[in-house]
Formats: sequence, structure tokens, C-alpha cells
Amino acid sequence: MLAYISRRFLIIPFVLMGILLIIFGMLQLLSPQQKLATFIRSPSELKNTEVEVLVEKYGLNDPVWVRLGRWLNDVIHFNFGYSESASMPAAEAFLQYFPVSMELALWSALPIILGGIWLGTVSAVNHNNVIDHLTRVFAIVGWSLPSFVAGLLLLMLFYGGLVNWFPPGRLGLDASSIVQSQSFTRFTNMNTIDAILNWNWFVFWDAVKHIILPAIVMSYVRWAMLLRIMRSSLLETLRKDFVTTARSKGLEESKVIKKHARRNALIPVVTIGGIYLAFLINGLVVTETIFNWNGLGRWAVRAAQQYDTSSLLLFALFNGVLLVFANLSVDILYAYLDPRVTYD
Amino acid sequence: MKKKIIKLFKNPLSLIGLVLVLSFIGIGISAPWLAPPKYPSEPYRIPRDGWSSIPKAPGQGHVFGTTEGQYDIFYGVIWGTRTAFRVSLLVVGLSSVIGVFIGTLAAFYGGAIDEVLMRIVDVFYSIPYLVAAMVLTAVLGRGLNNAMIALIAFGWMAYARLIRGNILSVKEEEYVSAADAVGAGDFRILSRHILPNSIFPVLIQASMNMGTIVIAAATLSFLGVGAPTGYADWGQMISFARNWILGTSGSPFQYWYTVVIPGIAITFFCLSWNLIGDAFRDIMDPKMQGGGV
Repeated sequence: MLAYISRRFLIIPFVLMGILLIIFGMLQLLSPQQKLATFIRSPSELKNTEVEVLVEKYGLNDPVWVRLGRWLNDVIHFNFGYSESASMPAAEAFLQYFPVSMELALWSALPIILGGIWLGTVSAVNHNNVIDHLTRVFAIVGWSLPSFVAGLLLLMLFYGGLVNWFPPGRLGLDASSIVQSQSFTRFTNMNTIDAILNWNWFVFWDAVKHIILPAIVMSYVRWAMLLRIMRSSLLETLRKDFVTTARSKGLEESKVIKKHARRNALIPVVTIGGIYLAFLINGLVVTETIFNWNGLGRWAVRAAQQYDTSSLLLFALFNGVLLVFANLSVDILYAYLDPRVTYD
Repeated sequence: MKKKIIKLFKNPLSLIGLVLVLSFIGIGISAPWLAPPKYPSEPYRIPRDGWSSIPKAPGQGHVFGTTEGQYDIFYGVIWGTRTAFRVSLLVVGLSSVIGVFIGTLAAFYGGAIDEVLMRIVDVFYSIPYLVAAMVLTAVLGRGLNNAMIALIAFGWMAYARLIRGNILSVKEEEYVSAADAVGAGDFRILSRHILPNSIFPVLIQASMNMGTIVIAAATLSFLGVGAPTGYADWGQMISFARNWILGTSGSPFQYWYTVVIPGIAITFFCLSWNLIGDAFRDIMDPKMQGGGV
């Protein structure tokens, strides 16, 4: 097991290198002038100098590998360049946006996993009857409804129709002035968590009101896939001998399902669900844009539209690390949950 | 196999899916009659009725009303069907061909080639699909063709993994060794014996991805890097609606049609493919066969 984990760790630099090569390869299609953005530390630098001089100065006409090497050297020295789209150094922007996305991801993860497992259980227990069909249709319709459509519809209903029930943005005016005041300590920059730590229930309630709709939009799309995995896994488990044994002992059906079948059926759900959560970043891109959340996803959209190289590279680096670690922890979790699995 | 196809027609859900797909094909084919183009040389350009930004309600010559910028919603929805088919068929077709090619190379030759190709697949998998496609589209320049290139460039990996796994199991079958023993060449073994026996799951995967790809392409348009302004594309029609989720006081849902109508079009399109794909998967899932509970 330890050998397996260390082998996986050794692969990480290669995967990251590959990701950077892909991003660099894509940005290679830009003109040297467009690439300049990465190297400008502040906007005033552009004012007094000719663009050609700057292009020459930062070596933007150099071959890819030279520039990749230089970028890596900068990264080792914690210099991620200047982010045009955020108007601040990229590393600073990342630290500012990360808690925003993290908060949304945390609030979505629970409904995604619990909802998916519950729907899958309901569907499998009622195999092939009306309830089974209804749950599945519900999940498939959700899967087919693009999240930007759902987001706009929900806003229309709960922001326009039911005036200001669940508004867009992260906080209302009153709450955000409290959050910015001296008496409110920002521990994590995640509004809901900070509100609890500051024991401020007004801010907490306001933050929750702002996070409900985005969390719904992030969750419902993903239920269909988890339902399918859970249903198929539970149906398979329900046919196993140990379930028959449990039934023949005279256990109630609900206990058979909850205590014996469901726990064993959860193994593939946990593993696939883990990978799924790492891919939440795709959902963040759309959700944050619709609900005006200034997080990583929205930043990525702006960066892509403005060819903001330094931000995109940092974003890609972050995602690469995130996914590699998600995969690794899922593998370890899998071996832990299912003693039959070994990695040798 | 035949039995499985018949099963597909008997399942009410997949039947609804098939009917929906057929109706979308019908709408797509009859687009020039349903919504005669105003600019015959550029049928995908949505005609505008004035320049005011405020949407107009259904009626008065616009069956579904107009959206922001007075683009006719009916026209956009009808011709958007063609866009949806073009994008999904081209992207799914080309990315599955690329994936099958790479997966086959990896599985058939094995060893170092397999290792290198599969690590490349891993690397492509570690970049979030939507973000990668967005970056590539932005770099190549806004446009539907560039969006399709981006979706293909980051969408072939699942097919490669799928066909690789299938070939690895088919490769061990006796009829393959038999063909090898009688002296059949690599290409013949692959094309006559291995591929026909391992391609079917890829086709299912492709049918299930039709809806996903349409949503991905529409998302790119919605985020402003896909289809150019005024192009008949469902995603873009919905992005027009972004500023109109709030009605006027007294009628909060005044501009519902700007979101709901194109939203229904795209949802039903994806639903039809997903219904077929879901039934297909059930039929093909070995865990689902045999005695029921």
C-alpha cells in the first residue's frame, strides 16, 4: 500500500508537467502582445513603454520551452505573475477567490452525496415499479436541464417573483457592512463559517439565503449519475447470499437494506463520488457566473475571455493538483472500505 | 443483440426519447419552411425587428416573442435545432473516432506505447473539461467552429479508455489467436476480428454524450466564447435573457419567454438522448440481467 502511494506521488510532477504543456501549447496560439499580460506587474508599466520593447524585454518571442522554464522558475520563487482580469497579482487573487468557491463547494457536496444516495436507494428498493420510474425520470430530467437555464429560472422565481427571498451575490448590503466592520473577524473568508465563529446569526442567515440557490443548481445535475451508480450497486448487493441470509434470519426488510445491503453498496458510490466532487469546479464556472459570486470559477471565465495567461496557468496548476490528490485519496479510501482490494 | 434493440423499443421511456429525437430531426429538416430565412445566404443569422433592447411578448408577428435586441425567438429556436444537431454529431463523431484510434493503438500494441498514451489520457483528464474548452475557444477566437474544436480536443479521452478496456478483453479470445495463427496481418485482425467485437459500448457512450455535448456547447455560448452574437444557437438565446430575469413591478415574470422557450428546446433535446442512453445502459449493464428482486 505504502509503495503504491509513493509511486502515485512520484507521478504527480509528470502529470502537472503535462497539464502545463497543454496550457502552454494552447496559449502558444496567442500573439506575443497578448502574452505580455503575464509579465506586467502593474498597469502603469504599460503606459510609458513601447509594447515591442516589453515583448523583447520579457523574451516573449522565445521558443515555448524557454518560456515554460522561465515560468517554472518564477513559480518556484512564488511569483505567479500579474492577473489582468483581477487587477492584482495572480497569487493574491487566487487566495481571495479560493474561499468563495470552497464555501459553495462545501455547501453543495452534502446535498449531492446524500441526495444521490437517497434517490438511488429509493429507486433500487422499488425496483421496476412506479416509484422507481418516477425517481429515475426526475433524475434524468435534472440531468438534461442545463444549469444556466435552471439558475436563471430559480432567480426569476425566488428573486423576482418572491421578492428577494433568495437574491444573487454573496451577502446583502447590511450583512456585508457588518462583515467588513472591525468587530467581525474574518477567520476563513467563508461567510457562513465566519458568521458562526463570530456568533453572528444575522450574517449567517443572510449568507445562507444567498447560498441556497447556487447550491441547488450545483447539486441537482449530479444526482442522476450518483442515483444510477447507487441503484445498480444496491440491486447487485440485494442479490448477494449474505442478504438472503439476513432475510432468512427473519430481519425486517428495512433493517436488511439499511444495515446489510446499503453499506456494502456504498463502496462504488464513495469512490466515484469522490472523483465527482473534484470535478465540481466545472459547475462552479457556470454557477458563479449566474449568481454573481466572485470565486475561482468566475475568475476563470474572465481570465479566458481576456487571454489572462498568468491566471489561467495558476488555475490549471491548482486543478491538476486537486484532481491528482482526489484520485489518490479515492484509491486509498477504496482499499480501506473494501478489504478485498490491494494495490501491489 | 437484436433482442436488445427490440427491448429498447419496448421500454416506454426510451420510446419517448426516440419519438422526441425524431421530432427534432423533423424540425431541423423543415426549418426553411417553418421559419423562412430573411437572409437566404446566411440562414443561421436571426432576423431582428428593430434595435430596442427590451424583449417583446409573444404575438404580433412573433410567435414566441423577441428577446433582447429584438432577435426573433421562434426563428432562433427552429434554426438552433440544426445548430444543435451539427454541433453534437460533429463533436461526438470526431471525438469518438480520435478516442477509438488512440485507445486501439494503446491496447493492441501494449507495452510502452500503451503506457505513454494512457498517461496522456490521464493528463487530459486532469484539466476540467469546461475550463479547458473555454480557454481553447477564447485563444482560437470566438466562434462555433472553434468551440467545436475545443470540445473535441478535450472530449476524446473517455472513448479511448472504453475501447482500450474492451479490446484488452477481446484480444484474449480464442478466435483472435486463431486468426493470428493462420497468418492474418495486424490490420486484418484489428478490423475484422477485434474492432467489430468491441465497438458497441463506444456507440452507446456516443449516443449518451449527444446531450452532454449540446449542453457544453451551449454553456460556451452562454459564457460568451461560443457562437457569435445573433447566431441561431440555444445557449446564446438564453444568455440574451440574463438581464431579464426581473420583470417590472406588478408582473415579476413579464419576460418569462426569453428564458423558458429556448430553455425548453435545449432541455428536451438533451432529455431525448439521455432517455435513450439510460435505457441502453440498463439493457447493456450485466449487473441488471438475470433475476429481479
